[in-house]
Amino acid sequence: MKLPIYMDYHATTPVDPRVLEAMTPFFTQHFGNAASRNHAFGWEAEEAVDTARKQVADLIGASAKEVIFTSGATESNNLAIKGVAEMYREKGNHIITCVIEHKAVIDTCKKLEKQGARVTYLPVQKDGRISLDELRDAITDKTILITIMTANNEIGVLQPIAEIGAIAKEKGILFHTDAVQAVGKVPVNVNDLKVDLLSLSAHKMYGPKGAGALYVRRRSPRVLLAEQINGGGHERGMRSGTLNVPGIVGLGKSAEIAKNEMAAESERLRRLRERLNAGLHRNLDELYVNGSMEHRLPHSLNISFAYVEGESLLMGINDVAVSSGSACTSASLEPSYVLKALGAGDDLAHSSIRFGLGRWTTEEEVDYVIEKLTTVVRRLREMSPLYEMVKEGVDLSKMQWVTH
Amino acid sequence: MAYSNKVIDHYENPRNVGSLPKDDVNVGTGLVGAPECGDVMKLQVKVNPDTGVIDDAKFKTFGCGSAIASSSLATEWLKGKTVDQALAIKNTEIVAELSLPPVKIHCSVLAEDAIKAAIADYKAKQDKEKGVPATAGHAQPNA
Repeated sequence: MKLPIYMDYHATTPVDPRVLEAMTPFFTQHFGNAASRNHAFGWEAEEAVDTARKQVADLIGASAKEVIFTSGATESNNLAIKGVAEMYREKGNHIITCVIEHKAVIDTCKKLEKQGARVTYLPVQKDGRISLDELRDAITDKTILITIMTANNEIGVLQPIAEIGAIAKEKGILFHTDAVQAVGKVPVNVNDLKVDLLSLSAHKMYGPKGAGALYVRRRSPRVLLAEQINGGGHERGMRSGTLNVPGIVGLGKSAEIAKNEMAAESERLRRLRERLNAGLHRNLDELYVNGSMEHRLPHSLNISFAYVEGESLLMGINDVAVSSGSACTSASLEPSYVLKALGAGDDLAHSSIRFGLGRWTTEEEVDYVIEKLTTVVRRLREMSPLYEMVKEGVDLSKMQWVTH
Repeated sequence: MAYSNKVIDHYENPRNVGSLPKDDVNVGTGLVGAPECGDVMKLQVKVNPDTGVIDDAKFKTFGCGSAIASSSLATEWLKGKTVDQALAIKNTEIVAELSLPPVKIHCSVLAEDAIKAAIADYKAKQDKEKGVPATAGHAQPNA
């Protein structure tokens, strides 16, 4: 087993060697501009892009013409939300999203609010999912877009996308989903889910960074977007800019591999995740799994280790790459807004660790992480005044804390 | 974030972890911080009543590595100091010793608060023992 162990696959994934192999010729040999219509260099590039478009479309049950290549999911989210807000502003100015969306969605919505849009941020329930009743109640005759993520990046919880899609369809409202964590990991079909716009990214599924796509529905309804980047009119005018051909080839190849291997891989990862969860629970008390265990990505686990602070935990397992919702690990010095939204209390957000398993995670690595974390959590709890107080029977919630 | 070697040393080999009997009249206990803020320190001193010198100091901390190191260092410094010398310890000295970055200065502030709270608790107990009214005589902790 090689150290350090990477267990942060929600953040990013390594490029699969098969993907890299597919990309390599497009840097030096087939370097043409996909928009060059009058020579073989351009044709080769265009053909490679077309193949990739088909591969991405196949992964999500779309047709190739509905795939717009972008630089990644942040751009896809911006294009979808701003593009709809601008294009449909005669129809309405109300957008519905939710409080645990990625910042690429939340901050885009905040910007539109400054420009006069109205945005409803739905809360989530304890399990991390939105309430469909609250969604229905939030809809007005000015609502033009619902944007709800397929799976959350911190807790891995899957939203009821098919149900949301059905409501959106019934009300004639466009539905966008940021599916960056879910695509390639669990089945996602834009027609089954009644999704009109969907964001995805290559680097979350063993493709390169800097390549992503936006699915834009072409019929029933035909979705129109106001372009956000102007130029040569690439990507049906929706996203100008010379295509990142090697990146797109990599995205396509990663989509193809994900589709072929999803069933086996998700089952393998689910077993490893269960092994990790069971092992930690066997060794340690007072663990809290954040978010629904039932509606969750198979490779994802988020646990709060009560009475132990997250950054000190990470320091103790410095040969394992994971992330924490602790304030001390964030640039803002605020604990994770996602975990706070679950209503579990800031103290549990400070104590949380996110585990993301992936294509190269082994059983041996999982066992190593269980043992290592057990030792460190026990040691830090011995050092924790909170753990001592709880063991003495003190109710921490009734304490008067002296804050500074 | 990169930690200084001294922070890592205190995190890996914390000095004086543990608890002193909190009902002992010669023991002062300070408990500062809050779980929802991500750090809580409990710091205790045991004072020799004849000499006024701190014989023993213990801590327990819920917090990041820098918070653990700040309180561990504080207990090291407290031992052998008189109560008045202990009150003179400044958070800036902890920052300098541990090379704490700006975002971790609050850890040192918390350690200074914990020292002051522990000594205030010790003094309050002594006053009570001697029958002095709780409010008289000494400065209140800046909680």
